[in-house]
Amino acid sequence: MKLLFENVDEPGLNTLEVYERRGGYRSLRKALGMTRDDVLSELLASALRGRGGAGFQMGKKASFLPKGSMDKYLVCNADESEPGAFKDRELMQKNPHQLIEGIIIGAYAASTNRSFIFVRGEYALQADILDAAVAEAEAAGYLGERILGSDHVLSLVVHRGAGAYICGEETALLDSLEGKRGNPRLKPPFPANAGLYQGPTLINNVETLSTVPHIIRLGGEEYTRIGVENSAGTKVVSVSGNVQRPGNYEIELGMRSRDIIYGLAGGPPEGREIKLWFPGGSSSPVLTADDLDLSYDFDTLAKAGTMLGSGSIIVVDDSIPVIEVAKKVAKFYRHESCGKCTPCREGTNWTVKMLERIDNGEATPMDLDILASVQEQIIGNCLCVLGDSMAMPLGAMVAKFREEFEAHIEAAREKNLKTTAVPDPLPLAGVNAGFAGPYHRPAPAEEARV
Amino acid sequence: VSAPQLDPDPDALAASVRRYSHGSRVPGWDDAVDLDKDPAAIPDPATTPVPDDLRAHIEALMARYPDRRSAAIPGLAAAQRLHGYCSPEAIDQVACVMRLTPGYLVAVATFYDMFYTEPKGAHDVYVCTNISCSLRGGDELYDAMLEAAEDRADLHVQEFECLGACDLAPMASVDGIYVGPLEIDDARRLVDDLEAGRPVLEEKQLRYRRVADPEANREEWEVDSHPPASPAPRAATPVMDPEAAAAGPAMEGVDAPDEGAGPDPIAPREQEEAGEEQARPEDYDEHPAPSAGPDAPASPPKEDRA
Repeated sequence: MKLLFENVDEPGLNTLEVYERRGGYRSLRKALGMTRDDVLSELLASALRGRGGAGFQMGKKASFLPKGSMDKYLVCNADESEPGAFKDRELMQKNPHQLIEGIIIGAYAASTNRSFIFVRGEYALQADILDAAVAEAEAAGYLGERILGSDHVLSLVVHRGAGAYICGEETALLDSLEGKRGNPRLKPPFPANAGLYQGPTLINNVETLSTVPHIIRLGGEEYTRIGVENSAGTKVVSVSGNVQRPGNYEIELGMRSRDIIYGLAGGPPEGREIKLWFPGGSSSPVLTADDLDLSYDFDTLAKAGTMLGSGSIIVVDDSIPVIEVAKKVAKFYRHESCGKCTPCREGTNWTVKMLERIDNGEATPMDLDILASVQEQIIGNCLCVLGDSMAMPLGAMVAKFREEFEAHIEAAREKNLKTTAVPDPLPLAGVNAGFAGPYHRPAPAEEARV
Repeated sequence: VSAPQLDPDPDALAASVRRYSHGSRVPGWDDAVDLDKDPAAIPDPATTPVPDDLRAHIEALMARYPDRRSAAIPGLAAAQRLHGYCSPEAIDQVACVMRLTPGYLVAVATFYDMFYTEPKGAHDVYVCTNISCSLRGGDELYDAMLEAAEDRADLHVQEFECLGACDLAPMASVDGIYVGPLEIDDARRLVDDLEAGRPVLEEKQLRYRRVADPEANREEWEVDSHPPASPAPRAATPVMDPEAAAAGPAMEGVDAPDEGAGPDPIAPREQEEAGEEQARPEDYDEHPAPSAGPDAPASPPKEDRA
């Protein structure tokens, strides 16, 4: 069943004319004919879970906004920067009005009067298309004062970011939208109470909001019949990495993971096997080929110790050393850490350094325990989950591929001993005083030192 | 195992630890500041010439938000498009219009990957080397791109984190135009296309790519008929003669937004229509962009700077 991707490549779908011809903005008319509370009830009934990563129910989040006549905001998070995620890009580029309609309905349900789309700066084409679509919607009276004769008032501004993964974190996004450095804020207060400009703010992902018109069209109850329990609806899954047909696929939640990776995306190249896969972007703990029969939905993946996240599957085949994957992940988070919280700033930095030591043949298997303990000390100790997003997959990689890491350490160490002179170890003191394991070997013979 | 003793000479030990100026072990911690100076105040409009278009654009941006400070990032982006990078002069101009201190804007500019406080080539070529791209040859592509652009000072090749186009892997973004999947040889073609002012890697532009999901489309649709995007010639670092600027309009193409006068370096570019006479100014209602002729002159070339 296709909702978001229904005939998505129809030429001109990004224009109002084609979108309206296909029945666009009918859901908005329907919603505006209902009371705000009824629209909210439909969203609650649909049990639509956020598609950006956290999987929190959209209707519930909208219901947290306080009542009253103050300025309230709806922010669409289009700062899609998670490695492996590219669904929002395709949704915005090909069907911008679907998103805009979802924003207008979402804003009606949550009684917000100003809205923003925060697009990452790299998505220049998509932001241009959104700009054009917003102008069309304004001209047609779908945005502005007294929308379609109702009491709904809404402005919509497309805001371009300037390149920072952290701005996908909701409070960092708000700071960035306020014209500051994108540093996450302490929670509580949550954005629903004090968000953008300290006003009540609802923040939702592009895909979540794009689904809203379909929920209103079908009705919340009907929507829950798609998918499985606790994971209602369809989901756009971005499959990338070592697969034959990388791309976006709209699935019903609860599909078998193997059917997505092998059936839709064609599986790994000929003669290769899957070594590991990220089920929900680079920040989800990795799974192995043994987990391919898991149902692809929020609860099943959570039970398996990982998460659905943004629905971005990255497949890594058996030709790639796991340490290369670990290094790429760690370097990404080191680069993107905003530096506000020490565990994340230092933890990501030291994780990269330790992985490089492993590669340079300067590490011992003991370093794997230290590496794992660094990850444990990051998790839960920062204002946002950026550090956790590195720590969780790294921890899972070390736990699941320990033998490969150890073999790599040994091989790199042997290579290192052959090519470079190793300084004699310093005397060990303190808790390490008694340690004289195999890694404090005598220096290699003179002729081997080159 | 007998371990050697530590060098007992504390001076020798201290000398072996590298230190930078001011005794720090962290390089560059004081690069941005002259410690003897007071922090810069909000620039005085009387002594800070700002090109009219840039001022109008930033003022329009400020009016879009409940708090004018929200225009800092789009304002800096506009100044960077005009000046080539966030030069001290560019920062001063934005600070002057927005009534913020330059220090505040430098703090913002240095946070984001797409702002540059050092001079750089006019064309940005971002090569993604994150996981999905590197699994398919992104690192090799980056090396090839560096090699192809080696003697091209106008190209700014940068290794970039995930650009959100893993389905095109390995891919690159050329002035915001996504192209992929790329072969190693495409690096050379990309540079040639840029040099010739042609649309970059026409058939590999993201715009023409169909969704991968085979069941999404129930009909065979025609291919998107938009012309391929070519990177607009950007303003290199412009001449800003303070006297001339104070006396009147300073910049070619900025002060004369007539038909075909030149691409507006301030307004966001309309990629899909660059090089075509179909610019849709209504996309930027606050700030209509003049249509960009294919041969329209860019801002004065760098040589004029002397």
